[in-house]
Amino acid sequence: MNLLSLEDVSVTYTIASGEVPAVRDVSLTLDPGEALGIAGESGSGKSTLAMALLRLLPRDARVEGRIVLDGEDILAMKWGRLRAVRWAEASIVFQGAQHGLNPVRRIGEQIAEPLLVHGLAQPAQARTRVAELLEQVGLPAWRSRSYPHELSGGQRQRVMIAMALACSPRLIIADEPTTALDVMVQAQVLSLIKDLIASHGISLIMISHDLSVLADMCDRLAVMYAGRVVENGPSHEVFHAARHPYSGALAAAFPTVGDPVSRMAPKGLGGDPPDPMDLPSGCSFHPRCPVALDLCSSLDVELWPAGREGEGPHTAACVHVRPDLKAGADELGSPATETGADELASPDAETGGDDPAAPSPDSERGQGRGEVVAAASLETAARDERAKETS
Amino acid sequence: MSTPLLQARDLHVEFSSRGRRARAVDGVNLAVGEGEIVALVGESGCGKTTLARTLLGLERPTSGTVLYGGQPLTYTSKALKAYRREAQLVLQDPTGSLNPRHTVYEAVAEGPRIHGMANEEQVVAEALSRAGLRPPERFFLRYPHELSGGQRQRVVIAGALALNPRMLVADEPVASLDASVRGEILALLLKLREELGLSALVVTHDLGLAWNIADRVAVMYLGRIVESGPVEEVLKEPKHPYTQALLSVLPESPERVVLSGEPPDPTRIPGGCRFHARCQVLASGAAALAGVDSRCRSELLEVLPAVPEAQAACYYADTMAADEAVVR
Ligand SMILES: Nc1ncnc2c1ncn2[C@@H]1O[C@H](COP(=O)(O)OP(=O)(O)OP(=O)(O)O)[C@@H](O)[C@H]1O
Ligand SMILES: Nc1ncnc2c1ncn2[C@@H]1O[C@H](COP(=O)(O)OP(=O)(O)OP(=O)(O)O)[C@@H](O)[C@H]1O
Ligand code: SF4
Ligand code: SF4
Ligand SMILES: [Mg+2]
Ligand SMILES: [Mg+2]
Repeated sequence: MNLLSLEDVSVTYTIASGEVPAVRDVSLTLDPGEALGIAGESGSGKSTLAMALLRLLPRDARVEGRIVLDGEDILAMKWGRLRAVRWAEASIVFQGAQHGLNPVRRIGEQIAEPLLVHGLAQPAQARTRVAELLEQVGLPAWRSRSYPHELSGGQRQRVMIAMALACSPRLIIADEPTTALDVMVQAQVLSLIKDLIASHGISLIMISHDLSVLADMCDRLAVMYAGRVVENGPSHEVFHAARHPYSGALAAAFPTVGDPVSRMAPKGLGGDPPDPMDLPSGCSFHPRCPVALDLCSSLDVELWPAGREGEGPHTAACVHVRPDLKAGADELGSPATETGADELASPDAETGGDDPAAPSPDSERGQGRGEVVAAASLETAARDERAKETS
Repeated sequence: MSTPLLQARDLHVEFSSRGRRARAVDGVNLAVGEGEIVALVGESGCGKTTLARTLLGLERPTSGTVLYGGQPLTYTSKALKAYRREAQLVLQDPTGSLNPRHTVYEAVAEGPRIHGMANEEQVVAEALSRAGLRPPERFFLRYPHELSGGQRQRVVIAGALALNPRMLVADEPVASLDASVRGEILALLLKLREELGLSALVVTHDLGLAWNIADRVAVMYLGRIVESGPVEEVLKEPKHPYTQALLSVLPESPERVVLSGEPPDPTRIPGGCRFHARCQVLASGAAALAGVDSRCRSELLEVLPAVPEAQAACYYADTMAADEAVVR
């Protein structure tokens, strides 16, 4: 059975100027012991989704859909039960929380707090448990008497992980646990998390905008864009053979050192992130998409099977994984321009064979990454030119 | 070799920190040639920012010399003002380096005003378009909060470009930016080199960035450069154990060497090789097999010279290189 399942989860914030649809119809599942990565650029809704899982959002946020943790409906839970679940079943390491440690309390007290509050330990037991937890995260027991300012960034992040582990949860949600840490310290913290989840059989949801780190840590990856999951599949496939052009752009942003394709060729994605209060029509990625078709500005494609045979389930929300839609649009006489229609009618449209920009399902692993995005910068440049002419 | 544009000669910068001496930069030789992009990499606290600031004359060296165009810097305010037009600093956090109450125009015009440059509006417009904010007039009256993170960093770069510098020193120019924006800013640095012949020293702890845009890389550890050379050589065949460890923790690399311990403390620089307490080659016994372990622990290493060829400050790497030479 799934440890966690999300069905059509949406989160909407209400602010003075209107509603912000921060998360839109997200469905995901997580098996016991599984590690799921959630990627996406700033503002795509990652933290909002994570907080919705444990109902930690501010009051002005409306959550819809169903969130089931270990058979229990989180959204229907009473407060008392929810508080217990928050530590004992699932705990969260918040983004930037190492700065949120109480500066005037020793870290030992702060780690012991959830144990005492939930009546899981007497003070003496709690002390032993704190020492044990510190040791698990690679800090000496005497550190429990330190104040936060006496610790480095990496050490504070270890303290946060110790707190998350305190009540032996089955699921840990880590929101950007290593952003802003040094490379070597980041490597230390990541290998710590990896060892802990493996040895305790804990499930992990890890959030980051660095796809390469997530691909390394997680079994599966979900990529978010403008509040939606646009691709979901085995990490290796999503990172090396993305089927959604946005995932491809994210993957290419972090070059592999030694890869001749990225030498002296940084890859980026043009255009600005979408404004959640004014989302583009159709596929919300279309204004920035290097391989958009004319129908993309009106057609919003849902997640659709996009995997290879023999690999785990893999879905992507892009018209290019739906040859039926592309062909259908043609038959129905889509409002496509001539060039667009040609593209749709092309006999190779199904494989993207003669369209160099299309993410081809046959492209070699690893190569696909650079190509899609190289085309991306060119296309965006061209689009900018066009915009200038018309404005 | 022709005279490098910017050069550090046996540079030392010390701070006093709680009554102790912190040797933040502890003997550095480094050269950046005309039109060259050099990446300075190393972990947090190793002295990268201090070195960068000293190269720009913002910090005075305790000893050693900074040379620009072969001439030692003069630390009078007039000479420094003139130098500022030649070499510009771009800081990590675009939000922090822009005044929220100044429009884009005012932000970019600040430098040209200080230097009393003529045709202000034209200078600002040119700088903005070079930084990729086109058409520039559309951005003149915007405030920082009306721009995306990438656009803000472009404004900061435009501010630096407005003075027509020959050299940019960029301290973590993309660290605070989103993955998708990072590539655009890096591409901009490459383009500026191509079109204006601009040199750059890019300070970072991101080796992927060095691979993306730099000609040469210098790896810094605890105040010293421990390995330097062409990017293709140093990053594909690192010779210093510290560089090897840094590369090994990148995602996708096969065998990880995660160094334990905290980034080292410049108030207590160990004797012998300064890396020896964390060195995996020494710990594994490989250095002992090669007969260099006692030197690792007790003999000070020579400071690397500022040469373009690949070099590493390591006794073990030296014996390996010597062995290879014999085999050939
Ligand atoms: N309390 C709030 N009230 C109103 N809008 C909010 C609130 N919190 C977040 N938002 C908006 O919701 C969207 C998603 O924000 P969220 O913090 O979930 O993004 P994120 O993917 O975690 O980004 P980052 O990578 O920057 O952490 C953004 O447009 C954000 O501005
Ligand atoms: N003004 C100062 N007074 C005292 N110590 C200082 C001062 N500036 C820097 N240091 C110390 O010098 C060392 C080098 O600092 P520096 O900022 O140059 O490192 P860095 O390599 O840029 O690190 P990061 O990657 O974290 O930016 C650090 O140990 C720092 O604490
Ligand atoms: S091709 Fe169309 S559907 Fe696919 S990501 Fe681009 S704009 Fe969206
Ligand atoms: S000199 Fe010795 S201790 Fe230093 S890096 Fe080389 S092998 Fe390691
Ligand atoms: Mg977030
Ligand atoms: Mg610094």
